[in-house]
Amino acid sequence: MSVLVFTILLFSGAALAGLLGSLTGLGGGVVLIPLLTLVFKVDIHYAIGTSLVSVIATSSGAAAAYVKEGITNIRLGMFLEVATTIGALAGAFLATYIATSWIAIVFGIILILSALTAFTHHTENISTVQGSRLSRRLKLNGSFPTEAGIQHYSVKHVAGGFVMMNIAGIISGILGIGSGALKVIAMDRIMQIPFKVSTTTSNFMIGVTAAASAGIYLKRGYIDPGLSMPVMLGVLLGAYVGSKILFKANTKALKILFAIVVLFLALEMIYNGITHEL
Amino acid sequence: MNNSKHISDKNIESIMGSLLRYGVLIAALIVAAGASIYLWQHGAGRPAYHVFEGEPKRLTQIAAIWKNAMEGRGRALIQLGILVLIATPIARVLFSVVGFVLEKDLLYTFITLFVLAVIIISLL
Repeated sequence: MSVLVFTILLFSGAALAGLLGSLTGLGGGVVLIPLLTLVFKVDIHYAIGTSLVSVIATSSGAAAAYVKEGITNIRLGMFLEVATTIGALAGAFLATYIATSWIAIVFGIILILSALTAFTHHTENISTVQGSRLSRRLKLNGSFPTEAGIQHYSVKHVAGGFVMMNIAGIISGILGIGSGALKVIAMDRIMQIPFKVSTTTSNFMIGVTAAASAGIYLKRGYIDPGLSMPVMLGVLLGAYVGSKILFKANTKALKILFAIVVLFLALEMIYNGITHEL
Repeated sequence: MNNSKHISDKNIESIMGSLLRYGVLIAALIVAAGASIYLWQHGAGRPAYHVFEGEPKRLTQIAAIWKNAMEGRGRALIQLGILVLIATPIARVLFSVVGFVLEKDLLYTFITLFVLAVIIISLL
């Protein structure tokens, strides 16, 4: 296979990943690493660096569309970024000392977790009481516009959410993914932030977290231009097309289908990790 | 929450939206320019990513990437585009500092400066 054919195939694969990622809300990063390592036989270190680039691209691309609606809670995002960026630095540092087979196994487990979020239904419970003392002191409580008017909400379990975000940052730094699933757990389940706010705020944070680890990976030579070029351009195109057809597609069926694919890839990654194929 | 603060928040957010959009667009254009040079010169070669070797210094250090990109080298141009992409969310954090200073929110000015410092440490 020549470089040209390789580039075109990788571009198409990344575009498909970006499309499915944006249609299902699971993010494109989760399938990129298995695509690179299992299909294109790329070393997992290069795959991590490449995936980080795609994570920043999709996050910034999507955030540009979201912030205009004024739902992102910038204070909440910035406060939690203290936890995620420190975690990302630690994770990128740790990654050098962890055997690649273990990285593959941990990655598989995180993939299963992201696939499961597609199946679990979470009923929202917006709390409008003033929230904890800490959330008031940190001015984390906010509001967003709905059809019925301004909806106020308060943030709970600030410390618990902060710790969970730190773990999400570490995982993101080790694996080169956005850790969207872990961020959703921290914000939706632990801190009980409304879905509309947590999705956009977590997306805002994903880009900043990934930028922190990308710097380290670039310096270490994990980011290869021949890989990140088709992946970045492909993912951007896929995500853009996805955002345009989002309202026409039957996303529920697609989401389940994609989750099954992700689950299959997860098992494949774990299997390869155990047999030291990766 | 008073009204004037809400309006200034809204302005900051809309500038941020444009910042991100243009950041990603500029990054993609630089990468695409680098891609055409790279594929023109190396398109017929064979990809070798099975074994990790790490990138050479000219593709990992910011100053070297800039120098080689200005000489019109394809791979360095792609790396420059990637650097612009990495800079986009960082610019957003930087912009938030300005926003919090204008709002005279001392606590969040410090929190945001701390986040910025952590990211800059990662790039040094």
